Amino acid sequence: SFLSRRPRPVPSRLAPPYKAGAGGPALEGQGVEEVGTPEGGGEERPARHPPAPALRLLNRKPQGGSGEIKTPENDLQRGRLSRGPRAAPPAAGMGDHGGQPERSAPHAPGTPAGVGAAAVNGLLHNGFHPSRLCSRGPPGGGDPELQPQPPPPQHDSPAKKCRLRRRMDSGRKNRPPFPWFGMDIGGTLVKLVYFEPKDITAEEEQEEVENLKSIRKYLTSNTAYGKTGIRDVHLELKNLTMCGRKGNLHFIRFPSCAMHKFIQMGSEKNFSSLHTTLCATGGGAFKFEEDFRTIADLQLHKLDELDCLIQGLLYVDSIGFNGKPECYYFENPTNPELCQKKPYCLDNPYPMLLVNMGSGVSILAVYSKDNYKRVTGTSLGGGTFLGLCCLLTGCETFEEALEMAAKGDSTNVDKLVKDIYGGDYERFGLQGSAVASSFGNMMSKEKRDSISKEDLARATLVTITNNIGSIARMCALNENIDRVVFVGNFLRINMVSMKLLAYAMDFWSKGQLKALFLEHEGYFGAVGALLELFKMPADQ
Amino acid sequence: MVAEARRLGWSVASPSFSLSARDPHAPGQAWPRCKRWDGLCDSPRRGSVAPPPVFGSPWNQGLGWGASREVGSALSPNLQSARPGGACQRAGMGSSVSGSSSSLGETCQNGALLDVGLEDGGSLTKLAYYSTVQHKVAKVRSFDHSGKDTEQDHEPPYEISVQEEVTARLHFVKFENTYIEACLDFIKDHLVNTETKVIQATGGGAYKFKDLIEEKLQLKVDKEDVMTCLIKGCNFVLKNIPHEAFVYQKDSDPEFRFQTNHPNIFPYLLVNIGSGVSIVKVETEDRFEWIGGSSIGGGTFWGLGALLTKTKKFDELLQLASRGQHTNVDMLVQDIYGGAHETLGLSGNLIASSFGKSATADQEFSKEDMAKSLLHMISNDIGQLACLYARLHCLDRVYFGGFFIRGHPVTMRTITYSINFFSKGEVQALFLRHEGYLGAIGAFLKGAEQDNPNQYSWGENYAGSSGLMSSSPELCPTQRARSGTFDLLEMDRLERPLVNLPLLLDPSSYVPDTVDLTDDALARKYWLTCFEEALDGVVKRAVASQPGSVDAAERAEKFRQKYWNKLQTLRHQPFAYGTLTVRSLLDTREHCLNEFNFPDPYSKVKQKDNGVALKCFQRVVSALDALDWEERQLALVKGLLAGNVFDWGAKAVSDVLESDPQFGFEEAKKKLQDNSGVDVILGVFPFVRELLSRGTEVILACNSGPALNDVTYSESLIVAERIAAMDPVIHSALREERLLLVQTGSSSPCLDLSRLDKGLAVLVRERGADLVVIEGMGRAVHTNYHAALCCESLKLAVIKNSWLAERLGGQLFSVIFKYEVPAE
Repeated sequence: SFLSRRPRPVPSRLAPPYKAGAGGPALEGQGVEEVGTPEGGGEERPARHPPAPALRLLNRKPQGGSGEIKTPENDLQRGRLSRGPRAAPPAAGMGDHGGQPERSAPHAPGTPAGVGAAAVNGLLHNGFHPSRLCSRGPPGGGDPELQPQPPPPQHDSPAKKCRLRRRMDSGRKNRPPFPWFGMDIGGTLVKLVYFEPKDITAEEEQEEVENLKSIRKYLTSNTAYGKTGIRDVHLELKNLTMCGRKGNLHFIRFPSCAMHKFIQMGSEKNFSSLHTTLCATGGGAFKFEEDFRTIADLQLHKLDELDCLIQGLLYVDSIGFNGKPECYYFENPTNPELCQKKPYCLDNPYPMLLVNMGSGVSILAVYSKDNYKRVTGTSLGGGTFLGLCCLLTGCETFEEALEMAAKGDSTNVDKLVKDIYGGDYERFGLQGSAVASSFGNMMSKEKRDSISKEDLARATLVTITNNIGSIARMCALNENIDRVVFVGNFLRINMVSMKLLAYAMDFWSKGQLKALFLEHEGYFGAVGALLELFKMPADQ
Repeated sequence: MVAEARRLGWSVASPSFSLSARDPHAPGQAWPRCKRWDGLCDSPRRGSVAPPPVFGSPWNQGLGWGASREVGSALSPNLQSARPGGACQRAGMGSSVSGSSSSLGETCQNGALLDVGLEDGGSLTKLAYYSTVQHKVAKVRSFDHSGKDTEQDHEPPYEISVQEEVTARLHFVKFENTYIEACLDFIKDHLVNTETKVIQATGGGAYKFKDLIEEKLQLKVDKEDVMTCLIKGCNFVLKNIPHEAFVYQKDSDPEFRFQTNHPNIFPYLLVNIGSGVSIVKVETEDRFEWIGGSSIGGGTFWGLGALLTKTKKFDELLQLASRGQHTNVDMLVQDIYGGAHETLGLSGNLIASSFGKSATADQEFSKEDMAKSLLHMISNDIGQLACLYARLHCLDRVYFGGFFIRGHPVTMRTITYSINFFSKGEVQALFLRHEGYLGAIGAFLKGAEQDNPNQYSWGENYAGSSGLMSSSPELCPTQRARSGTFDLLEMDRLERPLVNLPLLLDPSSYVPDTVDLTDDALARKYWLTCFEEALDGVVKRAVASQPGSVDAAERAEKFRQKYWNKLQTLRHQPFAYGTLTVRSLLDTREHCLNEFNFPDPYSKVKQKDNGVALKCFQRVVSALDALDWEERQLALVKGLLAGNVFDWGAKAVSDVLESDPQFGFEEAKKKLQDNSGVDVILGVFPFVRELLSRGTEVILACNSGPALNDVTYSESLIVAERIAAMDPVIHSALREERLLLVQTGSSSPCLDLSRLDKGLAVLVRERGADLVVIEGMGRAVHTNYHAALCCESLKLAVIKNSWLAERLGGQLFSVIFKYEVPAE
């Protein structure tokens, strides 16, 4: 079990008039506390989905970040943040729309990263909301308090607790209510980041709904969830200040194929009663949106995955990895004896080529935190490695595949230059040890019959990795960028690939290109999604 | 074809001659027979006796050995059985050193090359060799007038003698490595030049089979660099074979679109997809650079495919792939985004992760689906890299080759798709008809560097070459079993280098042919049928042209079979030899006739016609001179056109002409179907004479070699000489070089202005020709009808084909008289 066991709350309010297309039968009569309307208009769409019941403040356009003030709270980051405001464009004041009711509508994808992202950086780097915003608007106006009230609930009824909690739990009115999640639903893996507040006061503790408490306890006291959920304890970011609260950031993953189970659990544990906003990115945010709504009564706040990736990456790099640097590279990549992991300061990251290796691969050229373009991508990614390994070796997991690969020797599988030319191919300056044809030896039946699974796994890994390296290198040349940052879960526990990439960048560019890596490999999208949560206008 | 100029012009005459003849095929001159590689037909070629004049010694560095077309039979057991029992099967052993003669049709010269493909998919060995081919050619020669009264009736105006002519030919043969031992045995048996110590070999197999080759042949293997050979070969075919390159268009019929050769083939990118991928930037003839590569190539498809599907053969894997559904194995964008991809403006069918579904599902996947997914994965990857490299080096011409591509529409389709996708249409994926031979051609050229074959022009011999896809199991499952595959390419060395006509307005966009029969299915059907129906007549004519030959009928029958087969191939694969045109159909027929030693079936007809026409010349000219200027101009043009219709083979017409020098155009056109010798003597020469009289210089260009009953250059020389004897205008013009007779470099009834004799081009430039007259249906209608020149031009012809007349919006015997002035 993942979440707390509170029963589903009794719907307490009638659904307000909603846009056309409303009304999945299963949802009729479910409680709706408020209606949101996206601020800033423009992106709003007719709600062709059933109305979101038990609405939280979802799908609002990210607000501008002007007015954020820096406070001593974030001294940790301060020094590194000088670049933060540099690229932050002026943005609309956040308070302007504070009183307006909001309608819930699917958040348009591809929201320009600019406004919100810049703002959120400022916000998060400072970890604090400006007081102006904090004191914004007393209860009233478009506030749900003005909505028709349900009959007074029992003292400990969920609805009552909710309202209490909404005022109390995250301590500030303008902060989103706990729990704080960011989610990245990829093709293979779901990445979940969870902020665990550590500065909970006794009063808060008392007020904390059981649901919420049990989520917190469950997530932080376990490292594995169900059969496939895993918390990467070693990546936990400790003593972090986010949105004015201190706590730890946890990194959790589970396979995308368990998504339905996850949604089911969300439904069973009545996650919707927590009235939190679930910020999600990745293709799955779109694919599973309807399931979240219809099964778990949850409305996702969908976010563009590349925006999230970049913002998450910049944020995590800026706060560092518990006092250590987030970014590193390999010294002497072409010498296996001397090859060593070394910290790298990414304070001046632009321009960088960002290679995100998930199931597939996206390659971005990033010129500033809100100016980037997707250069290209390839379908030969982590999914291909695992898929081919499963077919070739019968393995079932990434870990298993990597373990086999670590033991294997790809030169039995690949045809090397020397296999063809008897040595180096001097005419073109190719070393005899270079791979001429991946899996080339497998053209021969005898060799197919004598090959080990480990060798096949290794060859698959080397093939996919080198190919990504080669495409990345070409992109770097075409874009005239000399720093290539490799991220994504394909690199998780995958030293072989990292060293290969470091080698390939260095060797083929004659030292001109540098391969960089980040400790939190695959989690930046999820972190970026969480950051979006803080950018959203305060709960009303 | 005639060209005229005010100050100076040149003309290319098409009219025919009759040559008087000794019987070239006297009894007892039995043609030796040798089995062709493809076992289809006997090829009666004479062995060479003398060393070839040009290619001789320098090529001795290579292996001097004789081989002939029956190497194939020796190698291929199933074909061996088809060999005729008693026929002489020995290969020619001639080399420039030994000069040993043989009774065979061809002699292999030094410079035999082995391109032993090893890691290339089909594991094909490519054998390149040079031979001298001895043809019978009809030579014309003036009689010695001193002892004879040439004015006697029924005396031909000149004599025809059949001579042996040696021409150089390059042969390229592909066969499977399985036969390599048999091949080596064969080479050993026929090795003649014992001084040779080295054999040149290229391809991965050159390394693998090095010991075997050295042991068997007692020769040192000189390994040629694969890429260097490839590039040399590529440059060679791009320069010498029109319609070598094509793009693949998925939904068009046919799917191959041939490209007009750009006058400057550089720079280009060559992406060779063998086991791995090599990407080479070629900047000049000698300068190229390996700019990158990838290990994911054909070997990956094959090796990984074999592991995944337990299918051993490359071709079978491709077949599996063509039946599969990759969406069952690949993770698509829509699999990740659900239905939302539409609203996001994403294409849901894009592959997000190749084999992504096989990572998450524990289901079974079909072989077909996996093979398809693998094919897409590899093709897309290569296409992407090629685009990245093309962009980095600012190149938009990218040729693809290697066994992954070779003859496989499936891979051409996926590569083309990938290139279009990744380059957004900016880069074009180009393929080559003779891609499989590049290495062998290049290795051969490299071995012959001292003699620099690049100084010559070469022409594809349609008779001796296999067409594109001839061995593709996908397209021609019935043609032959893959295991017995060998393909051929023959390139004839042309006597003289060919170049662009300097007067072409835009050489890079010039397309000689008026109708593209690959494109125009209706026209294709018509013309193929037309040529089929005409075949009987051609066969009859061929036999009749060699009355004394005992085997003329037999050879003519073989010619019929060969040309018929070519026509059937073209019906099903109109793309087999590049863009199909009336010109290529005509040329193929000429090549097939030559193949069976009918070098000039019309020589005697022309001889007779010319004799008759010469007798009429003075009467025609004086009749013309009696007319006033305007009438005369009209009469001259009529004569030019009428000559184009007249067939002097028809008795009725020659009677008309003999009796009435004011030959009746109207009457004639009712009775006659084809152009003939009267054309040049009674049509062209009076026209030329008029031009000369008004002070215009004239270049008269005729075919270098025989084609139908068109006049040849050597015939035109004799005719001019005979006319000069009668006519002072012509006489003085010849003497003063105001009338120049040259050859076009062509042996076709049509004319490709981008492949003209260099001498003609030089002359045109030197003399500043400012008017071009092109005459005849083949040269002015089938070709060059739309040709744009940078000077004035006159295209004239009589449409002697009702279907074509209708196509062009006229009637049978309508006249084309197209005078064009270039736009300022």
